[in-house]
Amino acid sequence: MMPIASPHTHAPASVRRVMLEVLLALLPATAFAVYQFGWPALYLLIITSAFALFGEALSLRLAGRPVGSSLNDGSALLTAWLLALSLPPWAPWWIGAIGGLFAIVVGKQVFGGIGQNIFNPAMLARVALLISFPLEMTLWTPPQPLFSATAPGPIDALAITFGGGAAMIDAISGASLLGHVKTELGRGLELGAALQGQPITDSLYGTARGSLGEGSAPLLLIGGIYLIARGIIGWAIPLAVIAGALLPALLLNLIDPEHYLGPLHHLFSGALLLSAFFIATDPVGSPATPRGRILFGAGIGLLIYIIRTWGGFPEGAAFAVLLMNSATPLIDHYLRPRIYGRERGGEPLDYSQGRRAARLERIRRGDK
Amino acid sequence: MGVFSVFKRIGFPGGVHPDEQKISNNLPIRPLPMPRRLYLPLQQHIGSPAEPVIALGARVLRGQLLARPGSGLSAPIHAPTSGRIIAIEPFTAPHPSGLPIDTIILEPDGHDEPCDVVLPIDPMALEPEVIAAKVGEAGIVGMGGAAFPAAVKLNLGAGRPIHTLIINGGECEPYLTCDDRLMRERPETVLEGIRLMQRAIGAWRVLIAIEANKPQAIAAIEAAAIPFTGVQVVKVPTRYPMGSEKQMIQALLGLEVPAGKLGADIGVIVHNVATAHAVQQALRHGRPLTSRIVTVSGGAIAKPANLEVPLGTLASELVAFCGGFKREPTRLLLGGPMMGHALHHLDVPIVKGSNGLLALSAEEVGHESSERPCIRCSRCVEACPLGLLPLEMAARVRSGDMDGAADYGLGDCISCGSCSYTCPADIPLTHYFNYAKGELVRRRQEKAKSEETRALAQARQARMERLAAEKKAKAAQRKAEREAKRKAEREGEKSA
Repeated sequence: MMPIASPHTHAPASVRRVMLEVLLALLPATAFAVYQFGWPALYLLIITSAFALFGEALSLRLAGRPVGSSLNDGSALLTAWLLALSLPPWAPWWIGAIGGLFAIVVGKQVFGGIGQNIFNPAMLARVALLISFPLEMTLWTPPQPLFSATAPGPIDALAITFGGGAAMIDAISGASLLGHVKTELGRGLELGAALQGQPITDSLYGTARGSLGEGSAPLLLIGGIYLIARGIIGWAIPLAVIAGALLPALLLNLIDPEHYLGPLHHLFSGALLLSAFFIATDPVGSPATPRGRILFGAGIGLLIYIIRTWGGFPEGAAFAVLLMNSATPLIDHYLRPRIYGRERGGEPLDYSQGRRAARLERIRRGDK
Repeated sequence: MGVFSVFKRIGFPGGVHPDEQKISNNLPIRPLPMPRRLYLPLQQHIGSPAEPVIALGARVLRGQLLARPGSGLSAPIHAPTSGRIIAIEPFTAPHPSGLPIDTIILEPDGHDEPCDVVLPIDPMALEPEVIAAKVGEAGIVGMGGAAFPAAVKLNLGAGRPIHTLIINGGECEPYLTCDDRLMRERPETVLEGIRLMQRAIGAWRVLIAIEANKPQAIAAIEAAAIPFTGVQVVKVPTRYPMGSEKQMIQALLGLEVPAGKLGADIGVIVHNVATAHAVQQALRHGRPLTSRIVTVSGGAIAKPANLEVPLGTLASELVAFCGGFKREPTRLLLGGPMMGHALHHLDVPIVKGSNGLLALSAEEVGHESSERPCIRCSRCVEACPLGLLPLEMAARVRSGDMDGAADYGLGDCISCGSCSYTCPADIPLTHYFNYAKGELVRRRQEKAKSEETRALAQARQARMERLAAEKKAKAAQRKAEREAKRKAEREGEKSA
């Protein structure tokens, strides 16, 4: 029972509601992704979610905690969904299964359950999968919209998902735009040549190769703006992530346009928008302090840019988020807000001298 | 807005906007009929309890002094009507503990016979100290809920130049409309009280702050303030906790009260509108504080009302007068829903600081699910008007690390409840902080006590050592004297 203590009224907010709002905001981009990549993508989403929920229920039961109320708070489903959206669309079933279990059991429940994890569980699982199964995690099928001529039907799709995934139809798989650019630059080509036949509109509309949820920039943006408007997330982290990646991109692209990808390609390719609005904003691993959030977001954006440009992987969103997650306690410790009536350092405000004394004097006299 | 064009924006960071629920704001103030008994607790204010000056069984007149102020910070108590003192005994106090405290029980005789008063011809001509003294004698305390003796706050001007008197007409708590009604119905009275306080304090500027959701009160007070230069009405945003002294000073002047200091230290004093009204009543009409306006409201009350209630009336009488409950109340409150406290039953008296009596239904109290783990969403950080990190403080309080919580600014928390209100995990943050503050005080007292014990023990040790040394020295001296004497005697014998 709650103690009978003030306040005696409460805002209409709950953890469940927060999670459901985020899922709702993800819906347009997810629906579009499923449309683009067809039945195997839908199967992957379902399998990842099912194993995540199973992992959550199992862990809660083992820990002797109430299963029902925690399971229906929506947090495990959201983790699974974010993980699935970061996977190659035609990944085999066991990628989703291992990922879903790993995210919840190792990424979340081992730390003590909801709110206790240091790292974003979905990104932790994605990195674990990428390191363990590099082949399956980098096979990018081109979009084959549902019901189009080349798209597999629901039965064929079962064979793909429960067979070898995209690997069994190797011919049609290829690299994502960021991967392609990285390879071509590595071969000594210039950007102009590397981007031949890769119009930016493909990335913008989500008709390029990539993870399931990277697809449509406009739909991700709509979801993100919805979350900000509903007060579920703040504007600071998304904006800082985007600025942190795009400012260096703009600068280097201006200096050397033949070797550094421009800001628009960075914005619309890969997982930048998905990370900015849906992954970096996961409250558990992000700072609680207003200034800390800006630093956290900017750090993620900058790390994404650095890994994409100079790192060994074509995309670095997951690594960037995990690295900044680990810095969160430190950031929160050093960037505490100033307390009313105190200096930043904690000393009481001193109105007896300096600028403050002058201001008090102005107010005392009623001067303009 | 005159002076205010200087200040960029009227407001304070953080805060919340709970459902306003001012369902009683169009209901005129009505007097509550005198009840059969009045229960006047000796402690209705911050400070030490008052001391009774009347005998059991005595007949008293309206306005007669029943209890004089105790030592130090305190306030006297007067009779709301004529009648007989039938008991002075412990009675349930309007306090969260629900514990009994000494209470004068008065049985009205129905004559409402006043005692003699000497009125000043023009209270505005009184010396500032005299005004403050009379306010103290009338038993007036802060009527916004804190119940801090008002005269003390009027005297703060002595030795500290006060430039601004802020009159708090914010009434930022949901449901409460007693100040709104008072400003609408008695603006001239309120204004005279304000000017008396201004005179007592010596402030050249008066700012009357009223939240934007009370347009009629703003209009009424503005009209009444026209003749007085230096008195300004300021429309402030409807945001909780606007009525908190620190936030109000910040919102109106852009100044922050330095930690550990008073508003008076930066030249600002804040008083409530209802206090101003009480001051006018005392100085113009010689009426001590024996009644107040109470909002009776909430979804479970049949007919909400704003009532002028004799102090000491039981809450049950107010509910009965308002037609009882139209549905089962989930929670009974004295004060507003954000900072008021729960009543276990209605047999507690209305006291000087009681601004509202609420009976809330289940849906008004909100979902009462149990506490869930913090997901660090930081809504509490955004809601905190002090710039604290409630989630970090709560984590430390939970693990018993009170010093850690103090390091995060626990001592600066004003217990406004904004963080608890907004928490999606239903963590009773404010409750944690109140507990921790009590715990810190207890530890400090314990530490002081053990230090005192140690100091006493050390003093004793030192005293014993000194005594022993003195004894030894004396013995040595005596011995030396004896030796010298013997020697002298021997010398004498020799010479003889």
